[in-house]
Amino acid sequence: MDAANIPWKVETRTKASRAFAVAAAIVVVLAILAPLSISRGLLQDLFFILTMLTLAQSWNLLAGYAGLVSVGQQAFVGFGAYAMFACVILLGLDPLPSILLAGVAAVLLAVPTGFFVFRLQGAYFAIGTWVIAEVVRLSLAQWKALGGGTGTSLPSGTTRDMVGVGLVGDLFGMRPAQAADVVCYWLALALAVATIGFVYRLLRSRQGLALAAVRDNQEAARSVGVDARRVKTYVYLAAAFITGLTGALIYVQKARISPDAAFSVIDWTAYVIFIVVIGGIGTIEGPIVGVIVFLLLQNVLADYGSWYLLVLGLIGIAVMLFAPRGLWGLFTERTGIQFFPIRRTLRGGPIPQTDIKGAPHG
Amino acid sequence: MNLVDTIVQGILLGGLYALFAAGLSLVFGIMRLVNLAHGDLIVLAAFLILVLVTALGLNPFLAALVAMPIMFAIGWLLQSQLFNRTLGPDILPPLLVTFGLSIVIQNALLEGFSADSRRISAGALETASLALGPVNVGVMPLLTFLSAVLVIVGLNQLFYRTALGRAFRATSDDAVTAGLMGIKPDRIFATATGIAMVVVTIAALYLGTRANFDPTIGPARLIYAFEAVIIGGLGSLWGTLAGGVIIGVAQTLGAAINPEWQILAGHVAFLAVLLVCPRGLFPRAVD
Repeated sequence: MDAANIPWKVETRTKASRAFAVAAAIVVVLAILAPLSISRGLLQDLFFILTMLTLAQSWNLLAGYAGLVSVGQQAFVGFGAYAMFACVILLGLDPLPSILLAGVAAVLLAVPTGFFVFRLQGAYFAIGTWVIAEVVRLSLAQWKALGGGTGTSLPSGTTRDMVGVGLVGDLFGMRPAQAADVVCYWLALALAVATIGFVYRLLRSRQGLALAAVRDNQEAARSVGVDARRVKTYVYLAAAFITGLTGALIYVQKARISPDAAFSVIDWTAYVIFIVVIGGIGTIEGPIVGVIVFLLLQNVLADYGSWYLLVLGLIGIAVMLFAPRGLWGLFTERTGIQFFPIRRTLRGGPIPQTDIKGAPHG
Repeated sequence: MNLVDTIVQGILLGGLYALFAAGLSLVFGIMRLVNLAHGDLIVLAAFLILVLVTALGLNPFLAALVAMPIMFAIGWLLQSQLFNRTLGPDILPPLLVTFGLSIVIQNALLEGFSADSRRISAGALETASLALGPVNVGVMPLLTFLSAVLVIVGLNQLFYRTALGRAFRATSDDAVTAGLMGIKPDRIFATATGIAMVVVTIAALYLGTRANFDPTIGPARLIYAFEAVIIGGLGSLWGTLAGGVIIGVAQTLGAAINPEWQILAGHVAFLAVLLVCPRGLFPRAVD
């Protein structure tokens, strides 16, 4: 066939990404089967790691792709958690639909808060989101039906009676408490996989291209008709939804809530930022690498209390200064391998193929 | 009568918030750097004063004088070694580096001083009060407010009457052109952060003598400072004082209605101003 007759094609896939897709599918299947063979303690650790991964992906979408550096994502973790508690305690709903409603509630919260924080530019946006999180925390601490400032617990037996727990318990012969952990773990796994899938799909779509254009040069993007504000608003709402769902799921498992814990800037934002920065901001692989590093550091430094955060902070600063693309960025620079490629390459046509090297992203 | 008293206390409290905010405003105005560790640096300075007071038995005001050059040096080093590397068109590096620094300072203080709340004793001054017309005013709150006014007058004089201030303004307008005229932007930035840390030391003195503090209260101070700056309008130091006063009055009014509403009322006032005039009450800088 004549080379000139091969039609042009825009592609983002690479050889490595195809191989990785197969490997990823195997890992997900193994992860689904994991509860059958590992201890309950390890399962709870995995649950925690998966929820942190989901939070990290959604923060990365905000800061790494949309340029919206939020230090207030704990607003949506806490609000989602409180919405779930309200559905269970005040409305008597099952925790599972309550988690979904909590995601919706987080989006409803994001509409008015977005209205305020989008009035602040750049760096001031960051502190603005923090103020919002404080306002939400202080307001919910006034909600006496949910324990006010001291917080409250889910009614005993709530998670054991959750939809699906009985079925899992009967199928695998588990005690209800253990079956509840398994269901929570599967939900966390599903949420993490769905979030990564959503972010990847978004970045490969037209909106993703618009997002990259806005990030690289807002004026130029606007001049070719990209509505920067709309794209950013969409990302802000999507991140709120994912974060709200995750917050609700975390607190189904914890079963005990207080405003200070649910709106903790350290637990739900600082750790998440360090995970993303150390792993590699602005990549989908970065948060995955970051969460593994986070887990390793936690195991090494777990007994040293505040030293742990101190070391994490110092590593975060060092990475930001000397390797701003994080560990994954260093790896891609050397090897050119991307598991979630979003760079569009033109294939086919008369020009012989060359390895096109462009900016690392977009 | 009671209302007048509440408002007066709020205005004086606003002086403290203006002191928190002045350093933040100065650094942002000159190099467009938002320092998320600002609140933690205030707490660090308070611990420094505490150490000087307890170890050397100094009077707190004297201890603050001793702490000023130390804090200036810390600010200079932070800016020249750390922050200057992050400045550029991308807002991510400065935000994430200062956020990391905030966590580092907090946990280093926790490790060094534990989570116990502390207080710097100012002796008889703590309880002294003056009768000003119908209301009694504490001497310490009054000193705080007067210090805030003095700091703002001083900074304005520095900005508009000295060669250094001219260099500050020139670098802020256009760092490259200022560099062509023989100004070294890196040194100017380091000096500015050093001066901001001197202001932070003054803020820390009043923070530590008026109320209890512990290593974790920094972020809340950052938020008050930020709110005061935004309410006042970027680039206006007198606006920052007004912003501090608005938050202070909102807080004391909120607390008078229900003690649990004190902090919330301050935030709500901030959001209300943001809603009505997003550029602040006295905007000067365009950014």
